[in-house]
Amino acid sequence: MRIARVIGTVVGAAHHPTYDGRKVLLLKPEQPDGGSAGNAFVAVDQVQAGMGDRVLVLVEGTGVRQILGADAGPIRSLIVGIIDHIEYDDAQRT
Amino acid sequence: MYLGRVIGNVVASQKMAGLEGQILLLVQPLDEHQKPCGPKEVAVDTVKAGPGNLVYLVGSREAALALQQTFVPVDAAIVGIVDDLEVQV
Repeated sequence: MRIARVIGTVVGAAHHPTYDGRKVLLLKPEQPDGGSAGNAFVAVDQVQAGMGDRVLVLVEGTGVRQILGADAGPIRSLIVGIIDHIEYDDAQRT
Repeated sequence: MYLGRVIGNVVASQKMAGLEGQILLLVQPLDEHQKPCGPKEVAVDTVKAGPGNLVYLVGSREAALALQQTFVPVDAAIVGIVDDLEVQV
């Protein structure tokens, strides 16, 4: 799973049916220390994450289908948790 | 899943059966500032997007799941048109 920051909300009336009623957020991948970790991407929210929250994101489809069921269809990234705190040992930094 | 801008369409008369009848659009992937990031690509359209539309796409295996037939050679599909994008960077 990835660490990311919620930096935006995506709103649109015309979308694939599987997105009906789902919240779509714009995320920026982050290092544990807050540094950037790549380009922004889009994910469906399952935990009522808000702007600026640091979140845990499942970015691979099979897991998403296990959570949302077979009708998940074309959803690949899912916010599955809101991170309160990360504690890690700098010495382990590779 | 990522943001993109529809910048054109692609016609391919000779192609694999799974792509028959699919609308192929040329898309420029975008970052959070709506600046181009990554190479232009071809995606199947499922929401009647047009040139200039800001859209979001799904990639890899899940892209094929956006279509009626799901065992098709598709790894990028437009699944939503963005009417409003609020970003705080």
